[in-house]
Amino acid sequence: MSTTYLGMPALPAPGDRAFPSFPQAAHAAVRDTTLRGNLRHATHTIRAKRAKAVAEVSDWAQLREAGRRIKDHTLRHLDRYLVQVEEAVTAAGGTVHWAANAAEANRIVADLVKATGEREVVKVKSMATQEIGLNEALQAEGIRAYETDLAELIVQLGKDRPSHILVPAIHRNRGEIRDIFRSEMSAWGRPAPEGLTDTPAELAEAARLHLREKFLRAKVGISGANFVVAETGTLVVVESEGNGRMCLTLPETLISVVGIEKIVPTWRDLEVFLQTLPRSSTAERMNPYTSMWTGTTDGDGPSTFHLVLLDNGRTDTLADQVGRQALRCIRCSACLNVCPVYERAGGHAYGSVYPGPIGAILSPQLRGTATDIDASLPYASSLCGACYEVCPVAIDIPEVLVHLRERVAEGGTATRGGNKVVLRPAKGHAAERAAMRAARWAFTHPGALAAGQRLASRTRRFHPRALPGPGRAWSAGRDLPAVPAEPFRDWWQRTRGGKDEAK
Amino acid sequence: MRVALFLTCVNDTLYPDTGRAVVKLLTRLGVEVDFPQAQTCCGQAHYNTGYRHDAEPLARRFAEVFRDYEAIVTPSGSCGAMVRELYPRMGERARSEGRGDTLTRTLAPVVPKTYELTEFLTDVLGVTDVGAYYPHRVTYHPTCHGLRSLGLGNRPLRLLQAVRGLELVRLPGADECCGFGGTFSVKNPDVSTAMGVDKVRNAASTGAEVLCAADNSCLMHIGGTMTRLGTGMRPVHIAEILASTEEDPAV
Repeated sequence: MSTTYLGMPALPAPGDRAFPSFPQAAHAAVRDTTLRGNLRHATHTIRAKRAKAVAEVSDWAQLREAGRRIKDHTLRHLDRYLVQVEEAVTAAGGTVHWAANAAEANRIVADLVKATGEREVVKVKSMATQEIGLNEALQAEGIRAYETDLAELIVQLGKDRPSHILVPAIHRNRGEIRDIFRSEMSAWGRPAPEGLTDTPAELAEAARLHLREKFLRAKVGISGANFVVAETGTLVVVESEGNGRMCLTLPETLISVVGIEKIVPTWRDLEVFLQTLPRSSTAERMNPYTSMWTGTTDGDGPSTFHLVLLDNGRTDTLADQVGRQALRCIRCSACLNVCPVYERAGGHAYGSVYPGPIGAILSPQLRGTATDIDASLPYASSLCGACYEVCPVAIDIPEVLVHLRERVAEGGTATRGGNKVVLRPAKGHAAERAAMRAARWAFTHPGALAAGQRLASRTRRFHPRALPGPGRAWSAGRDLPAVPAEPFRDWWQRTRGGKDEAK
Repeated sequence: MRVALFLTCVNDTLYPDTGRAVVKLLTRLGVEVDFPQAQTCCGQAHYNTGYRHDAEPLARRFAEVFRDYEAIVTPSGSCGAMVRELYPRMGERARSEGRGDTLTRTLAPVVPKTYELTEFLTDVLGVTDVGAYYPHRVTYHPTCHGLRSLGLGNRPLRLLQAVRGLELVRLPGADECCGFGGTFSVKNPDVSTAMGVDKVRNAASTGAEVLCAADNSCLMHIGGTMTRLGTGMRPVHIAEILASTEEDPAV
């Protein structure tokens, strides 16, 4: 079975089994009070802003439904739209490349950069290139990739990993960022100004000065895309900082790595997402910079344009009737910002560049459920449904989570590497499976159930308030409920539904 | 009106007081309540943990036991949501596995007539003042499946506001999950406990004596956290508050 890489730069080799399961990774994060404070502050702030921005739009429900339908339609006819994109981009002077997985995409991009003779590239914030671990792959070829998005810059300078889709350095506070700038900027270029403080304006100015020389020097830019409009072959990047605009217009060569699910058929369709994406992600009515380009234009912007269309597990995901809705995702992060589990476990525990609820359904589909982390991700949710409620393309994340739990617990068919495979139930679920079977038996034999309840009631004086062994999972943090003197069904029988009970 | 009480396995075993309160309340409102002895469990824990095929016989059993009643009332938002939202989905999944419409047809009759308690009171009986008396300071936690799957909205609050003697105080972060999540509570104990602690701290900040909810499984987790933290607050199911009267007050 092939493994799909979802870019965890600081981790061992792709698909490595060493990454701990979600509960293990979350164990430490929950106890990190600085991290908890940073995440709580950031997610609650953006959560409230988003709610306000969405409440302003009277037809939000219809926009959400339209977005869902457009994405479903496009995915249903993706074969046709992909060819249309290739034709349109080629006709407009671009070159289209097809990459089945991360390794292919990295190879293509590295070769394209090397062909320019350049040794450094500037990057627009992009999930697709994070997903394939492009920076590390380029580094192995002697090419330096500079992140230019402020948060990505913080992550890169801090030799850190992203922990959020929109705000990759959400786990850092201002003081930590100032320290990273002071100690690391000089190794990458222009050092941080003397006496840098942690005020937002000073931090932003330090990043601006540091990045400016890279923008002006770069001959190659690398980006992803939020959307590709099939009818004209136009790529779209939406952003807040303007660094993307710099990278997309100043270099001579532009290489864009884009997941195949990013297509929308027409400009009319795009209009829906240009309304829902900014309000859902940054809570802005409209994002400050929307860059669009169609192939190349003489004397305006890059003279060479390459589009690398990336599969990396997407076709396998598309084959699954329930799970395919995850491909509607427009990477807005609204689900992360409302998720109580993400808020407490932090993004790193998800072992993927896609953290939070969407990561919990994307990673085990793109990569499969063979590793400890991927088999545990579908359970990294209390199924509270807050994610589904805010999703601007109505991905029923709880539905997919339960579907993937079934794949882990019961096994069954899935598609990996384009082939139907029959998965065995994941290991480590034997005791749980036995318990579920036993419960099913008791629940289909009410006599046995009643006998068990009675036994529990009669022995209640001997019940501990906390459990040893595996029961500590419950009682390390909570007391057990006291078992009543008699179960309800016995009371009902004894008193004929309360009729014989003294008033 | 012939109404069946679907108490749920958790309430039957651990919280019979809630069951007695539902019977008392509905009887007071003129409803004839039956408790079909053959009832067991809706299958939610199986389904949500990934054992859909083990949940199916439980769902079929539920449908057989409750089929002939006019209405099925349950004092649990999540078990109510299991029947209303997930039984139809189970039928769909069986169909997509090439097993035809049998499951869908078996489950269909019970789906629309299953009501969560507060929904039954406000929508079917059309009452918000149930004649209750409960002289305590209470804060209300809307449980996730009641809130987001069933869309209970402000029904429970309207019922509580009409209770004489009850002082209702707003719970900060009310819409946030308490962290129970069924088997989530033991599969991810650290995160689950952290969520529970935050919920309890928010509840304690209101100065209420009682945290009320419409689902005892969430209250089991919240209550277990309350005693561990020594807050002195009590978790109480909404049925017990609504059943309480001046003549026969709940403690």
